[in-house]
Amino acid sequence: MIVYGRPFTWLQKIPTRNNPKNNIMSSNHVTLQGRRDFIKKSAVAAVGLVIGIDSSARAYNISNRLSNAGTFEISPFILIDAGNNITIVNPRNDMGQGTIHSVPAMIAEELEVTLDMVRIIQSDGKSKYGAQTSGGSSSIRNLWLPLRKVGAATKEMLIKTAAKRWNVSVADCYARDAKVFQRGSDVSFTYGELAEEASKLEVPAEPVLKKKTEFRIIGKDIKRKEIPARTNGKAVYGIDVDVPGMVYASILHAPMIYGKLVSIDDSAALQIPGVLQVMKCERKMIHRDVDSVAVIASNWWAADKGRKALKINWDTSGPEEKIDTDGYFRECYDAVSKEGVNHLEKGDFKRKFEAAQKKLDLTYETPFLSHAPIEPENTTAHVKEDGTVEIWAPIQGPGETLPDVANYLGIPAENIKIYPVLMGGSYGRKAYIDFVKEACFLSNKIKKPVKVIWTREDDITQGPYRTGMISHMQGFVEEGKVTGFHHHIVGESILRQVFKGLGENEPDPWMGEALEENSYQFNTQKISFSNIKTEIPIMWWRSVNASNLGWGQECFIDELAHLAGVDPLTLRLELFENQRFIKVLMTLAEKSGYYAKSPAGTGKGVAIFKAFGSIVGCCITVSRTNEGVKIDKVVSVIDCGMYVSPDTVKAQTEGNIVMGLSAAIKGGITIKKGVCGQSNFNNYQVLRMHEMPKVEVYIMENDEAPGGVGEPGLPPVAPALGNAIFAATGVRYRNLPIDLLKV
Amino acid sequence: MASYDITVNRKKYHVEAEPDVPLVWIIRDYIGLKGTKFGCGVAACGACTIHMNGNPVRSCQLRISTLPPNAQITTIEGIDEKGAHAVQRAWVELQVPQCGYCQSGQIMSAVALLAKIKKPTDKDIDTAMTGNLCRCGTYDRIRKAIHMAAENPDKK
Repeated sequence: MIVYGRPFTWLQKIPTRNNPKNNIMSSNHVTLQGRRDFIKKSAVAAVGLVIGIDSSARAYNISNRLSNAGTFEISPFILIDAGNNITIVNPRNDMGQGTIHSVPAMIAEELEVTLDMVRIIQSDGKSKYGAQTSGGSSSIRNLWLPLRKVGAATKEMLIKTAAKRWNVSVADCYARDAKVFQRGSDVSFTYGELAEEASKLEVPAEPVLKKKTEFRIIGKDIKRKEIPARTNGKAVYGIDVDVPGMVYASILHAPMIYGKLVSIDDSAALQIPGVLQVMKCERKMIHRDVDSVAVIASNWWAADKGRKALKINWDTSGPEEKIDTDGYFRECYDAVSKEGVNHLEKGDFKRKFEAAQKKLDLTYETPFLSHAPIEPENTTAHVKEDGTVEIWAPIQGPGETLPDVANYLGIPAENIKIYPVLMGGSYGRKAYIDFVKEACFLSNKIKKPVKVIWTREDDITQGPYRTGMISHMQGFVEEGKVTGFHHHIVGESILRQVFKGLGENEPDPWMGEALEENSYQFNTQKISFSNIKTEIPIMWWRSVNASNLGWGQECFIDELAHLAGVDPLTLRLELFENQRFIKVLMTLAEKSGYYAKSPAGTGKGVAIFKAFGSIVGCCITVSRTNEGVKIDKVVSVIDCGMYVSPDTVKAQTEGNIVMGLSAAIKGGITIKKGVCGQSNFNNYQVLRMHEMPKVEVYIMENDEAPGGVGEPGLPPVAPALGNAIFAATGVRYRNLPIDLLKV
Repeated sequence: MASYDITVNRKKYHVEAEPDVPLVWIIRDYIGLKGTKFGCGVAACGACTIHMNGNPVRSCQLRISTLPPNAQITTIEGIDEKGAHAVQRAWVELQVPQCGYCQSGQIMSAVALLAKIKKPTDKDIDTAMTGNLCRCGTYDRIRKAIHMAAENPDKK
């Protein structure tokens, strides 16, 4: 088996077509290049601290722009001026997952400043900030030590400077609230008074980090400073960026995915007041290029009207006409009876399964899904005559976007300035920067600032999508115990389709490892994979393959429990040895009142899944009504180890419950002859207020290393619902979505 | 191109635009108030919700030429000078927003609901809010925040 590094670290490095494996393997540690020789000598473990004055940290954000005069960059992430104004640079752009608070909080904690004292700005993709992709639920996990060290090292430099001025030992000094105090006296210096001198000191390689008991920010319930701006219209999202002299573009993408442009009749479009120009555009997907036509106008409405007036001939005769979700699933079902390639095998599963008396052999289906963030894809780009570029974009990965766009435009990265703007939702979509390159392409042609805004129809009909998959499950019971378990994954792989990084007859390592993490103990076990290739464009979607695989795994465990005559939660307790899984299940049982007898016509279902380093258990209660089944309550328990913001952990888990329910009960994406059957929120439905059940979220308290938070709550939701419906009605659903009104 | 005088947040604006431009673009790109969001263009998501004469409407469906005379338009920027309307205060207190993109529309629908029904039931909230999508999934907090705002109305 090829090892690509830990699963789900992919968002740290989007591999290039030329060399996918190397890039996937590259480290996601923050590694920074020192600009001065002595820093290179200081051998900082994970983070280099760069000292000097730098003007490049400005970014568009909720905060005002940074004024540069007299500001000392004690590290790339911390800027302090003489007036003790402190700025923290956030290297993980915010899509709603709370990193604008929780990431700077780690620096602030060790720096001994409160979040009220600091201004937070967004990093701009420059390599001195290291990897800058929000994704894979990795922000806290990957930055937990590096960014705390940044804060702690800076604090030690400030203390050392003060000690020197007072001619006392550093042990006689301490830092608190942006000041250094001398013990046993009222004497103090502000950080601003010390910053310039401190910035000339050598950076301590191993600064002392605070103990958990000393935390004042991490783990505490502190309100997010940016929330008011999200309630009064002041928060600036990508779509809100205005640049002087800009024009707007609406882009007609091929109605049939990958359709080829034959001819453009733009005569009607050019008659529309405000329309300036029509031009062939290109959509650079990661795995292929796609034709499109852009209408450029003085306002977006005119551009979009012009686009609707275009008469285009598309060549739809290519093989793409066969792109069809039904056809894809037919191929998946054909592969169910065939052997996959093994990711893991313990014991001779096939022989034992054939010999077993009590066994099940079932399939579970999950559909293609769209991310559908409420803010559609958009970017404003200005490729100037002088060869410099400015880009304002709501993106998950400015650090990946910068070199990618530089390569695309053939312009050196140092001539490109990226302003990552708040994302109005993303869920993985805005880590895929086709829309950014469209704005760059158009601006490069006309050398004016161009604002590209996708329509909702673009967003839903063009993909990329969460892939649809089949989990082919086999299991058996021996002497009343569930001992045999085979998860045969059938479907397309992101690694194969998008990154061309999966050989023939290789199991997808990301999917295999995602299942391996779920450490049920079976005497006989197999994880295998059959790759069904499709050109339906796929990409990561909140919790990625775990969102597919959780459905099969956790419904099937339930079915095996019933086959063995054991309660499904009790069976899970028996099958785990890992105490963290067991504690989550015990807590879930207690908080949900799982073992209390359910009233007639109601039922509870549970599921548990580990993804992105965190374990989430979910219990759903449903009841029968005159119109099918109603979801009454969802209780989730998350063990994410140590965490920064308890409210964010809860909010993200609540959000995952809602997105998981949408994925479970609302229609998926269907494609026929290359054309998407859904187009907007009228026919691609997501959960609405009147369908919202009561929710409760509980966090396990422990001292384990931080796990992810943005995604792990999602995978157990759908199977908990399926299992609850079975408990209430005796009807077993194996294919998503479930139409609750028809149960 | 035609000329229109419209009143937004009690301020008069003179706008030159084609008659069919939806109000969401007039508000955002002609007047420059960016708090009102574009989400779907077909009145299916509620992100562009504003008030016309106190009633919540989807501004993506309202053409500039079809505005009734003397229509009073209110956007998220206009519900309270300090951004401290009871609904906004509850939203902050319960930390409702995640990405926050839909929240202007959510808040406009909630403010209109509370203007009509001082103590809404869960059912009232379902009816008033079901046209406002939140993809981040903040519905539970929105519901709680509406109840909280109903308990702590503005002292006016």
